[in-house]
Amino acid sequence: MLRISLDKIDSLFAAISEKQALYIPTDRADGAAEYKRYEAGMKLSDKLNTVRSAKDFFFPQTENLVEFKMEGKKIEVNDIRQECEDFVIFGVRACDARSFTILDKVYLVEPVDSFYKNRRDHGTVVTMACTRPAETCFCQTFGIDPTAPEGDCAVWSDGSYYYFKANSDKGQAFVDSIASLLEEGDTAELDKTIAKTKEIMGRLPLSKLSTENFGGDKLNEYFNSDKWGELSESCLGCGTCTFVCPTCQCYDIKDFNTGDGIKRFRCWDSCMYSDFTKMAHGNPRLTQLERFRQRFMHKLVYFPANNNGEFGCVGCGRCLSKCPISMNIVKVMKALEEK
Amino acid sequence: MQEAMINRAKQLLADGTVSRVIGWKRGEFAYDITPAVFESAEELESDFVFDDFTAANVSKYLVKESAKEGKVLVFLKPCDTYSLNQLTKEHRVNRDNVYVIGIPGGPKLDIEKIKAKGITGILSVKNENYTLKIETLYGEETMPFSEAILDKCASCKSKKHVTYDELIGEDGDILESNRFDMVEQLENMTAEERYNFWREQLSKCIRCNACRNVCPACTCEKCVFDNPSSGVENKAASDSFEENMFHIIRAFHVAGRCTDCGECSRVCPQNIPLHLLNRKFIKDINELYGEYQAGEDTTSKAPLNRYTFYDCEASIVHERGVE
Repeated sequence: MLRISLDKIDSLFAAISEKQALYIPTDRADGAAEYKRYEAGMKLSDKLNTVRSAKDFFFPQTENLVEFKMEGKKIEVNDIRQECEDFVIFGVRACDARSFTILDKVYLVEPVDSFYKNRRDHGTVVTMACTRPAETCFCQTFGIDPTAPEGDCAVWSDGSYYYFKANSDKGQAFVDSIASLLEEGDTAELDKTIAKTKEIMGRLPLSKLSTENFGGDKLNEYFNSDKWGELSESCLGCGTCTFVCPTCQCYDIKDFNTGDGIKRFRCWDSCMYSDFTKMAHGNPRLTQLERFRQRFMHKLVYFPANNNGEFGCVGCGRCLSKCPISMNIVKVMKALEEK
Repeated sequence: MQEAMINRAKQLLADGTVSRVIGWKRGEFAYDITPAVFESAEELESDFVFDDFTAANVSKYLVKESAKEGKVLVFLKPCDTYSLNQLTKEHRVNRDNVYVIGIPGGPKLDIEKIKAKGITGILSVKNENYTLKIETLYGEETMPFSEAILDKCASCKSKKHVTYDELIGEDGDILESNRFDMVEQLENMTAEERYNFWREQLSKCIRCNACRNVCPACTCEKCVFDNPSSGVENKAASDSFEENMFHIIRAFHVAGRCTDCGECSRVCPQNIPLHLLNRKFIKDINELYGEYQAGEDTTSKAPLNRYTFYDCEASIVHERGVE
């Protein structure tokens, strides 16, 4: 398998970033990891994951859509779309890589979201296999193997080398572009690392969590469950779960008055918010109970109903560690399953 | 302590003094505790928890719970009692419908500080003589208790319960805290250094509103930032100006009412030290209007809610002269 020694990572990053924009997860001063555009000297984070997910690359928090200029009764409409530059995201975990497949099901079906597609077309996703899953991880619940991540090109580490395998044409082009730095090598050590990770996966506290009792056919049973009151009673109605979630995909479209024109933009929205899907008569979900229920019903029932059984969660565990009141999809699943 | 709390709650439920209990509910792991309302002895016995991770200030839930029928029992740590007093003073909580049991305060633990040491796969956390024994999927780890203390507890201002109906454990004193040290450091920076400090911090903001929604001083029925008719409503900061202004305006709005409970910084998913903005206001109020602690009582007038002849800024009272 093609590989490169760990101590040559800087020259690898330099070679990639010479040809196109490269983003890697790196540690901030406060210790948390975030994706940043690579500059010489930047160190790859050894954290399991970033606080913000990798969905930001394809579905940024805010994005301008169109501009209007007004002169008297004349309105000029300016299409501000531009071709996105080519870029590589390095070090995406298997959970986040799967989230792109889920977002594609929303944004790449007719009518195709040209803003999202533009970024997808120009982005190469290079994933990184996990070796130290955390107690909050439950990607295997959704059939994700963190030791064999998807993405255009998968990368593994055994502590001495990074190993590369292309999963797509784009991934092959990526491997070809760095071929001069790579060498063939045996995978004996890597196989041991993978076996060890798999053994840990079996011992994760959430390893038995199953989607068996969820899906599109559970609508009435769960929508009318009497558990929602208790589950949502201490929900703060903030958007933390939504905004750190790699699969949450809802947005609002708003106009910004610049004085001599209008900038129309979209920004992430959260079903937890009181003005989500606000219509002429107000928010159809009157209390936090309905808003809370919406988020979990969407991931566990509505999304699979509309997408051949695929769930709207990848088990990355961000909501488990970031919710201010520690309420999350795992607790919801377990409570709903209790008869 | 947990046992004594459960027993007392069960008694008060059984004799009809209260109909509900606000406390903390056990989670999936050692640390993921959820504030909860308990209605029966069975619920209390199976789920009620009070330990090193029960840091959440549950006083804000009383806005909703004290408006319901029947008394609600709440367990408050010293810092949380300041929040309740302030909410009572602002007529946001009906104190008559609340039965307060004062319980000992922290220091509580910050799981993020444990994880920041590279400790992962955490299965249990035990405090043995102020050494944390952490059982993980990757073997046992240890670290000093003192290195995992929540920031808000590390600069604790008071061990005294300012309101309660009964206590479990001893009451404490108001402490000499070091809570203004970092504010002083910021004051001593040049304007540019300070600006850079705050830009680095506030640029991390994802506008999740967790700081606002957890804040016991933020109890507006409809926040101006959520109200499309306000003209300033926004769901995402479109530029650095909006990023800064959301937090600065919020700090202004709670100035003189913020008790410094520290929840804003505790819940921030991006580790922004938001409490420093509030502490700057508290420090300024102390210096300009005399020592004042929001939530210390329910009757005194707040410095920013009244005018006096000796106010630092020229006021109507000043122009009119002392009667």
